[in-house]
Amino acid sequence: MTEIIVVTSGKGGVGKTTTSASIACGLARRGKRVAVIDFDIGLRNLDLIMGCERRVVYDFVNVIHGECTLKQALIRDKRLENLYVLAASQTRDKEALTPEGVQRVLDELAADGFDFILCDSPAGIEKGAHLAMYFADRAIVVVNPEVSSVRDSDRILGLLASKTLRAEKGNGGVREHLLLTRYSPRRVATGEMMSVADVKEILGLDVVGVIPESTDVLSASNAGTPVIFNESSVVSHAYQDAVARLLGETLPLRFTEEPRKGLFSRLFGT
Amino acid sequence: MGLLQLFRRTPPSAQVAKERLRIIVAQERSARGGGPDYLPLLRRELLEVIRKYVNVDPEAVHINLDRAHGHEVLELSVALPERAKAITR
Repeated sequence: MTEIIVVTSGKGGVGKTTTSASIACGLARRGKRVAVIDFDIGLRNLDLIMGCERRVVYDFVNVIHGECTLKQALIRDKRLENLYVLAASQTRDKEALTPEGVQRVLDELAADGFDFILCDSPAGIEKGAHLAMYFADRAIVVVNPEVSSVRDSDRILGLLASKTLRAEKGNGGVREHLLLTRYSPRRVATGEMMSVADVKEILGLDVVGVIPESTDVLSASNAGTPVIFNESSVVSHAYQDAVARLLGETLPLRFTEEPRKGLFSRLFGT
Repeated sequence: MGLLQLFRRTPPSAQVAKERLRIIVAQERSARGGGPDYLPLLRRELLEVIRKYVNVDPEAVHINLDRAHGHEVLELSVALPERAKAITR
C-alpha cells in the first residue's frame, strides 16, 4: 500500500522543503521505500537540500511530457539506497503540470512498490500547490508560531478539506498533521511566541512534530545534507520523532521547554 | 522573565497574536465553510441599516450561523458604542 503525503503550508519560507527532505530521509532510514517529488515548478530547490543538484538530468515535467521514463528521472540518493528524488522542472510554463500527468506518475510509483511518496508543495495556493495536495492521503502542514503562517495554514486546511480527491470522493478526507518549525522555547517562555498548545488550539489539529529553531538547519542546507543526518543536532532528533509518529508510534514532545533557570536568572531576567 | 516584567501592564505579545488569530480564523472558516455565501453581504447591508441610526464600528457587528438539532439559528450581535447617540435625521 502506497501512502501519498503532501508537505504544505501556504506561506513560503516556513520549512516545507527542509521538512520534506528530512522526513523522506527519516522514513527511508526506517527501511521504507520512499520517493520525494518537488512540485515547485520553475523554482527547483529540493535537489539542493538533498544534495543531488548535479545529478539532475530529467525532471518531473519531462516525465509528464513523455520525454523520458520515470526510471530515468528518479535520482537515487547516495546515502540511502531505498530513497529517490524527482526534481522539479526549471520551466517557466506553469501549465506544465497536469492532473492526468501527475496521477500517471503517482500510479507508476505505486505500482513500483513505493511505501511513501512525499509531495513537496510550492508556497501559495496556485496550481502547483493544488496538484501537490490533490492526490494526497495525508498532509503535513508546516507552520511557524507566527500570525501570518498560522492564518495561511488554516486556508490550506480549508483546501485540503474541499479540493482534494479524498474530499471529493468523501472517503474520510485527507489525514492532517501539524508540524511546527522554528520553535523557540525561550521566546515562548517569555510570552513573545505562541506555544505549541496555542497553535494546536487555533488550528484544531494533532501535532506530529515540533522542530526547534536552530542554526543547524542552515548549515545542513549549505552542505546539501538533510539536517536529520546531523545526529548531534536537536533538530535531527525532533525530525526523527516526527517520523516515528507518522509511522504510528506515540512519543512525548521534546525540545519544547527551556531548561529551568535558577532563582538569580529568573529574578534578573538574564 | 525579569522583575521588571512583573509590573508591565501590556499582555505578552503571544497572547495578543493568539486572540487575533482566534477571531480571524473563526471568521474565515465561517465564510468559506458552513455559512451560505450571502452572509458577508447580509452583514454589510445590516451594518448599513444600523448605521443609519447608530454610529457603530464595522467590527462591532458579528453575524453567525449555527446548525443544531435540524434547524439553523442566525445570530446577530451588535456592540453599541458606550453612549449610543442616535443620528437625527
